[in-house]
Amino acid sequence: MRIHLEADKCQGHNRCYALAPELFDVDDFGQSVLLVEGDIPAELVEKARLAAANCPEFAIKILEA
Amino acid sequence: MTDTASPRPGYVPPIFGDTPEGTHVYQRVPYNADDYGPVSDFTTDFDHADKNYNPNAPKVWKELREGGCPVAHSDRYGGMWVPLTHDTVQEVAYDTENFTSRSVVVGVGRPGDLSLPAPIGGAPPITSDPPFHAMARRLLLPAFAPKKIEPWEPEIRRLCNDLLDRLGEVTPGQTIIDAAIDYAQHIPVNVIGRMLGFPEKDEDLFRKFVHDTLERIAEEPGSVDQGDELGLYIFAQIDDHRANPRDDLTSFLMNVELDGQPVTDDIVGGMIVLLLIAGIDTTWSAIGSSLWHLAQHPEDHQRLLDDPDVMTFALEEFLRAYAPVTMARLVAKDNDFHGCPMQKDDWVLLPFPAANRDPLKFEDPDTFIVDRQENRHAAFGLGIHRCLGSNLARLELKVAIEEFIKRFPRFELAGDTAWSIGQIRGPRVLPVRILETAD
Repeated sequence: MRIHLEADKCQGHNRCYALAPELFDVDDFGQSVLLVEGDIPAELVEKARLAAANCPEFAIKILEA
Repeated sequence: MTDTASPRPGYVPPIFGDTPEGTHVYQRVPYNADDYGPVSDFTTDFDHADKNYNPNAPKVWKELREGGCPVAHSDRYGGMWVPLTHDTVQEVAYDTENFTSRSVVVGVGRPGDLSLPAPIGGAPPITSDPPFHAMARRLLLPAFAPKKIEPWEPEIRRLCNDLLDRLGEVTPGQTIIDAAIDYAQHIPVNVIGRMLGFPEKDEDLFRKFVHDTLERIAEEPGSVDQGDELGLYIFAQIDDHRANPRDDLTSFLMNVELDGQPVTDDIVGGMIVLLLIAGIDTTWSAIGSSLWHLAQHPEDHQRLLDDPDVMTFALEEFLRAYAPVTMARLVAKDNDFHGCPMQKDDWVLLPFPAANRDPLKFEDPDTFIVDRQENRHAAFGLGIHRCLGSNLARLELKVAIEEFIKRFPRFELAGDTAWSIGQIRGPRVLPVRILETAD
């Protein structure tokens, strides 16, 4: 399972960073930055789904394997 | 662009409609509320400033949606449309071509011929459109980014505890406090005062100046006396920061550059006033509504005490269910919006709180679910104008609730709650009886 972040949709709501800081960071302007490349470690799958389910701009997509 | 809008001490960015001096800057809309009277049908005569609206807003949205009305209309204010579903609210928020942010508060004044035109608007970036908007916003974003705000948590916690201490002797089962006036109201104004680096010894004075100004805006949109105390106070603080620069928000704003030029004191003062207007009533409302909910739902209160980690989700559920802020746009060009013939300069109200209770986007939207897992709420707006202060607001709300429920593990409503009137929704009078105190 992978995460796709559509950076141009992100408006800096900061929900992903709050819910899944292992997967997302924020830059100096509050924009989301994806920290992982490729498949997500199994123990973080739940957090990835949570981040996607709480993005008000629908900027985070989960790509199932 | 126009000298009639030149900022001065006491200048309030004209986001609230009319200004007393600007007949060309602001056009007065031929609207007199007395001609209309109370609203009898929100489908065709919607008025968010009706005194029965805010106390009953969730019911109004539900009835309109279930009655097959995704977009309500009103002849008030010279013509106003009100999208009520998440999809339609989002569509307007995203469509900066057809909907301009030149004025974001519905009132009897609209930007006139000589007002700063789009894309800048009178109080950037909140009144700006693309492409200027992004530049103005980018100047301010770093001051409110998550990692700049997080370090304020201990200070906010201290402040909340000081306020709770100041309530004096509390006798469980007897003492009634006003959670809005004695507690919630003080938090955002004191936090922003401290961030701006204003002297703590001035806190009571500063709070009085701010609330006097906010009240005047509510009474007569945009009107401010020449001898406005808040404006004079802010300019004195700017002078003091020039003499004694320090690492705070005022110094940050004074060092902002536009087109390579330092900004003037007038602009710094205007930005500070904008932060006060945008940050204070809104956050106060969110804290008050959350405590209003907890006073009536001891089971949610208990859950937060038993399992503090639930706050991560509860915080967002408070924001979803009791979102305080409704914004507005002006129609930029005639367009057909889902069958609604929108005309240039019509108002469009953007009730993000209504979007948050759309059953198509939220399961069981009128139920408060303390640990709701899927919650794409729009309390801080959608699109490019996402609330600049959202990280700060969220932190204040979280800490304010945590400290209150820790101090008072049980409390209940003790009288009538009075709700605000207009685009910011929250309790203004909130008597609660303390049933239990910590130790």
